[in-house]
Amino acid sequence: MSLHPILAALRRHRLATMLIALEIALACAVLCNACFLIVSRLQLTQVRSGVDEASLAELTLTGYEAANAAELNARVIDGLRRIPDMQSVSVINAVPFGEHAGTAGISLDQAGQRRVGAVHFYVGGPGSFEALGLQLVAGSAPQASDYQPVLNFVPANATVLVTRTLAEHMWPGVDPLGKEFWCGELHFRVGGVVAHFARPRGGPGGSNTIEWSVFVPGQPGPQLAGVYLLRAPPAHLPRVLRDARAAIAKIAPDAVVDNQGSQTLSDLRENYFRQDRVMAGMLAGVIAALLLVTALGIVGLASFWVQQRRRQIGVRRALGATRGDILRYFQTENFLIVSGGIAVGMALAFALNLVLMQHYELPRLPLYYLPIGALVLWGLGQLAVLGPALRAAAVPPVVATRSV
Amino acid sequence: MFAYYLDLALRSLKRNKVLTALMVTAIAVGIGASMTTLTVMHLLSGDPLPGKSSRLFYAQVDASPDAKGREPYDVLDYRSAMDLWSAQRADRQTLIANSMIKVRQTETNLPPLMLAMLSTTADFFPMFDVPFQYGGYWTADDDARHARVAVISADLNNQLFAGADSTGRILRLRDADVRIVGVLKPWRPSPQFYNVAGGRFSQGQTAGFYSRPESVFTPFTTGLEINDGHFSQFSCWGMPATPGHLQDAPCVWIRLWVQLDSAAKVADYRRFLVDYAAQQKTLGRFTTTQTRLRDLMQWLDFNGVVPRDVRLQTWLAFAFLAICLFNTVGLLLAKFMRRSGEIGVRRALGASRGAVFSQYLVEAGLIGLLGGVGGLLLTVTGLWLIRRQPVEYADLVHLDGTMFLVTFALAIAASLLAGVLPALRASRLAPGLQLKTQ
Repeated sequence: MSLHPILAALRRHRLATMLIALEIALACAVLCNACFLIVSRLQLTQVRSGVDEASLAELTLTGYEAANAAELNARVIDGLRRIPDMQSVSVINAVPFGEHAGTAGISLDQAGQRRVGAVHFYVGGPGSFEALGLQLVAGSAPQASDYQPVLNFVPANATVLVTRTLAEHMWPGVDPLGKEFWCGELHFRVGGVVAHFARPRGGPGGSNTIEWSVFVPGQPGPQLAGVYLLRAPPAHLPRVLRDARAAIAKIAPDAVVDNQGSQTLSDLRENYFRQDRVMAGMLAGVIAALLLVTALGIVGLASFWVQQRRRQIGVRRALGATRGDILRYFQTENFLIVSGGIAVGMALAFALNLVLMQHYELPRLPLYYLPIGALVLWGLGQLAVLGPALRAAAVPPVVATRSV
Repeated sequence: MFAYYLDLALRSLKRNKVLTALMVTAIAVGIGASMTTLTVMHLLSGDPLPGKSSRLFYAQVDASPDAKGREPYDVLDYRSAMDLWSAQRADRQTLIANSMIKVRQTETNLPPLMLAMLSTTADFFPMFDVPFQYGGYWTADDDARHARVAVISADLNNQLFAGADSTGRILRLRDADVRIVGVLKPWRPSPQFYNVAGGRFSQGQTAGFYSRPESVFTPFTTGLEINDGHFSQFSCWGMPATPGHLQDAPCVWIRLWVQLDSAAKVADYRRFLVDYAAQQKTLGRFTTTQTRLRDLMQWLDFNGVVPRDVRLQTWLAFAFLAICLFNTVGLLLAKFMRRSGEIGVRRALGASRGAVFSQYLVEAGLIGLLGGVGGLLLTVTGLWLIRRQPVEYADLVHLDGTMFLVTFALAIAASLLAGVLPALRASRLAPGLQLKTQ
């Protein structure tokens, strides 16, 4: 079929054609970027914490005095261990997706000249490393002698475990075992490497530094108290946590249970990413509404054109055009308009992405989003025009002989 | 004439119900989405102290050794804060320190609560127009004497004293007994502006700035004394010798707000800050003479208090409204052009171009009004959905009178805008040609 008559007809309806093409262009720009936003949000929620989330819960106590902390730790650990199905109770300063407890800048030399960035120090008492279920990839797990008294927030001189990501960042391509780093006066030596261990909250650098964690073995005491890591079989964990909270009233009547900090890790994770999921859901809703409105616009305009051209269609049919010819005419016309819109829309999508990159620290839109967006809009256009086009094809040739 | 056009418009809209419904729905959905996000934006980005915010300033100096070449720390170290505050060079000035404290009511056996406590100086209340339900705030003398007094929030008063006048009652804060001297009225500034700091490190996740004010307020000196060991730092450049005790630590943790009632005083205070920093540099305590004095709105702006997601949603909603508008323009154009014959007859019978134009604009405006009603319903639904979200500002979200009117204004403006082009095209039709094709 020759395109010439279609183009000639469109030229007669320049304004309406341009409007619908612009609508499609805008839809294309928003569609590509919204999809990209959804995907990046959902990717965020896929973070690997590196720990056995399903079997772990956190219990946080506040309102006790530092002077009584050592005794409180002993009472709580002893009391909670008696709860049926409890596998282990240990002291820790923070858990993934909970409140952060010790974020500090570290350097590769004692003078603090070769800075690495801010990492999160997880300080855990005996049993916590095993309870977390971290996957050791090099070196060894903390030995009993590694658990030293915590001075300020970490021991002064500790053998620690770092994540693979952090090790690769600090000593690219070098075996990190035995390497040293400093945080002010505090000295650390790497004794082991774990596969994954996410920091509690995304620190400076956002998702790129999410695995910048250090595990420091520490002796529970005044500076390591109040946060307890409970481990139980996943099926029993909610009940065990409930029992533990109830037991605290008897074990430590003076302490106050912190509700935010006393949840299973699965719940903490759920809450942590709730905002991202809500946002992704909202974006999906906008996309759906957008496609619907665009489709309705196409239907409206196409119906109008079909009605307007009833006589011409009749004439063509009388001159020998088949129903298929008429159908294809409207489909081709729609394809041309949508293609024009997509061409402008791709440029718009890119421009919108540049704005988003500036204001929302979003990466560049991957190019493959553009053809996907185009395919979706072409499909939508064809689907929307099908109804009016079929109606056009049904116009009988006899219309040509009638006056209006 | 207007009434006649309205009648014509109604008839025309009734003639093609599906097309009308399509246009009204498109406008309603576009308006609903953009007004929902705009209302949230409006509530979150508003001035928390209208009329006064331009006289309130946030002071910054930086005592850290690595302060060169970067913005000063968002909050102050103890010594700088005390020096600047005790100089009393502003019309009013207040120090702020935050901590969590264990609260018990001694008369009953209620379990202890962990609550947020604000330790501040007497000027805090008149400076920020904090409303009182019972009693009042403490005096500057109480600040100096480390008096064991406190002001509590309406929420805490309801929880502990069933909303009765509790002034004179005793509250145990950690191990100290304090006397309640005042109870606030429900007070919910949006954002909780006096605590805003560190927004630029939050990667746009700033919903926390919209949480409720503290439950307990004590004099600055009293708070530091009774909750010693439980203060946390904003940042440190060395290890505090005793964790939680930050008076002599290399840490920043105190905020200083000043009220300056004239431009001359602002200039004076700026000079005072610069002189102070210069003097401290000579003494060897500072490495930089950088200072900042931003007014309340500038400070909120600097911290980017409106959460990034809220801003993104607003942009998205307006892009969506634009698409809905393009859609409406296209449909109106189709609808008006279809009536070319009718227009030809009217023009031939003597109607001017202006008359045809206004007739079609009235029709577009009517669609806008209907869309506005639909949009309002959708806005109310949207805001209801946001109120159910687990975000700090959820309870702040409501539709006020301004936004109610803005909804209709936006809907009608949008549809008039959409109607201008099609109406113009309709009025430009050559009457003869249209009559001939009949």
